Amino acid sequence: MEKALKKYFPVFVLPTAAAFVIGFIVPFIMAVYLSFCSFTTVSDAKFVGIGNYIEAFQDTTFLHSVLFSALFTVVTVILINVLAFTVALCLTKKIKGTNVFRTIFFMPNLIGGIVLGYVWQLLFNGLLSYVNRTLTYSSVYGFWGLVILLSWQQIGYMMIIYIAGIQNIAGDMLEAAEVDGANGFQRLFKIIIPSVSPSIVICTFLSLTNGFKLFDQNLALTAGEPSRATEMVALNIYNTFYGSTAAYRGVGQAKAVIFAIALAVIGVIQMRFTAGKEEK
Amino acid sequence: MRTCKKVVAVLSAAIMAAGVLSGCGSSGGDAAGGAAGGGAGGENAAGGSVYYLNYKPEVDAQWQELAAAYTEETGVPVTVVTAASGTYEQTLTSEIAKTEAPTLFQVENQSWLDNWGQYCYDLKGSFIAEHSTANTLSMEGVEVASVPFAMESYGIIYNVDLLEEYCALDNAVISSPAEIIDFASLKAVADDIQARKDELGVEGAFTSAGLDGSSNWRFTTHLANVPIYWEYTKKGITTAKSLDGTYVENYKNLIDLYFTDSTCDPALLSGKTGDDALAEFCDGMAVFYQNGTWAWTADNDMSTMNVAFLPLYTGVPEEKDTIGVCTGTGNYWCVNKNSTEEDIQATLDFLEWVISSETGIETMSGAMAFNCPFDTFEGVELANPLFTSANEYEAAGKTPVTWIGTESLPTENWKSNLGSALIEYAQGTGDWANVEKVFTEDFATEWENR
Repeated sequence: MEKALKKYFPVFVLPTAAAFVIGFIVPFIMAVYLSFCSFTTVSDAKFVGIGNYIEAFQDTTFLHSVLFSALFTVVTVILINVLAFTVALCLTKKIKGTNVFRTIFFMPNLIGGIVLGYVWQLLFNGLLSYVNRTLTYSSVYGFWGLVILLSWQQIGYMMIIYIAGIQNIAGDMLEAAEVDGANGFQRLFKIIIPSVSPSIVICTFLSLTNGFKLFDQNLALTAGEPSRATEMVALNIYNTFYGSTAAYRGVGQAKAVIFAIALAVIGVIQMRFTAGKEEK
Repeated sequence: MRTCKKVVAVLSAAIMAAGVLSGCGSSGGDAAGGAAGGGAGGENAAGGSVYYLNYKPEVDAQWQELAAAYTEETGVPVTVVTAASGTYEQTLTSEIAKTEAPTLFQVENQSWLDNWGQYCYDLKGSFIAEHSTANTLSMEGVEVASVPFAMESYGIIYNVDLLEEYCALDNAVISSPAEIIDFASLKAVADDIQARKDELGVEGAFTSAGLDGSSNWRFTTHLANVPIYWEYTKKGITTAKSLDGTYVENYKNLIDLYFTDSTCDPALLSGKTGDDALAEFCDGMAVFYQNGTWAWTADNDMSTMNVAFLPLYTGVPEEKDTIGVCTGTGNYWCVNKNSTEEDIQATLDFLEWVISSETGIETMSGAMAFNCPFDTFEGVELANPLFTSANEYEAAGKTPVTWIGTESLPTENWKSNLGSALIEYAQGTGDWANVEKVFTEDFATEWENR
């Protein structure tokens, strides 16, 4: 069996490797190259050096969007994971209709971000109209609007991962703990949470990157209003790319590269941090 | 048995590979959002083919039909791809970098040539340039870079029946729509309609001036033309890279009127869309609606209504009974000079057919309801009553307001800054000084940064 695996290794890996190269490696290398260029389309780039990066770092709207995204990500990572874990805990108890609830909680995840953004915009604006305001009234409204939207969308997805983790915990371990006199609180913190740490690693990673990368929902819900105060990093890059003349596309590209590298670094640190806990 | 397993393994791997690779291949065309996929397919006997990247989603179906009719007549394959609303430049950016790039694309105005001029084939001497009755665009080294194919007008569209109904009311401030000849008379009428909206059965004089991204261009681009037009006209220039903002106060006059004499509270405008305004107008909930000739199509609700234009009066003394509606064009054809010679020829032949054949003229002026500035269209009846209304102003000797203002707007950034400033003004979190700043300071800096 081992031998056969070795023999057919390339056959099985090749399709995915090819897709990875075409879909990720090549665009990434092109993106890095273009960030040092002035260009209208990807095929007419002229090399201009690091000017794009200097301009990107001097752009105050970019710095604001980074801070806004960071704050947003911190809030959503905590909210989504705590709520998803809580729901998962409830839905692994022997309650009637858990499957129906799981399906319902998971469903928002099947709707596209743009659609969600517009639907929630109608809902929020409908509610806020009672106090004669809209979502664009202040960035606080937009911020919490986005937090609610993303939580609503992602809790169901993370919940499924947590449910899988919780169901993997051996029943006799919990029984033994109960016999030894551990109360519910102790069972949760000493057995359940340590046992689902692989799920925690993957869920925090997913919610962290999703928070930073958020684009569709941001565009549809607030479009950065009022006055770019709710503009997140991805939307800022998009607006830089298309907001001015071709000279600025390189700046947008430079921002995108900075963003990609920063996100990769944060992702790796987070994995190290949580995966380290996992081993203990 | 072992061989059987091997065969199964190899086969399934091959199928997986095919699945992955075909997935990559087909995803390119979807970005264009068009019905016909990514590139101009097929070859005809002469070798040329046409790939048109269309700007206007509202006439996509008509272009597809016209393309099919041409292919049937001549055998030359014509692919029409339409960019989704508001994403033309994005689509063009990705499409034109492809091997099968558009042979025919559009630009909005001169400033688009900064980005796209490098792709423009010189149309000098071509049929469309020779027969054009409007100003073509040129740039350094290219005498005719693009040719306009559809004139458009915008102003305040009004529901003629409703306004006449108002005129018949007791103590109406006017007795006929023709008495609205400047901002003062417009304001008097709008204020009175607003005050007596229940009597007239409307919800406001103007439709909601939606500041949502779907139609804020009505104010950040079209209405913004007016103060810039007056400043340039006063100075005797046609373009500039900075503004004094002398007429921003006049822009405020009309904006304030839109905000106060409206179907909704100004604080809620940031959530109102273009569709909301159109629906309010078509349902008879409001009398006035700022938009342009494109709002009328043969198959929308407005086609059954009795509509006409009012000029965009803003309280400039010179406007009294002298100006018409804003007329110009944002639709220019460009031929891609990087296309093969056969494709360029095929594209030029196609355009010649579009503006000279019976089918072409009928579709352009009928189904698409365009006002085409070519001498081949002389005597063609215009389907769109808004063009008739615009022409009436010209026939009466009123000066059409040109688009010199919109044509000299620096960047998309500038427009979104103005949109944001208007939102903050409308909801009361910012004051008018921000709007003034956009017209003066931001205008100059955006030009500087270009």
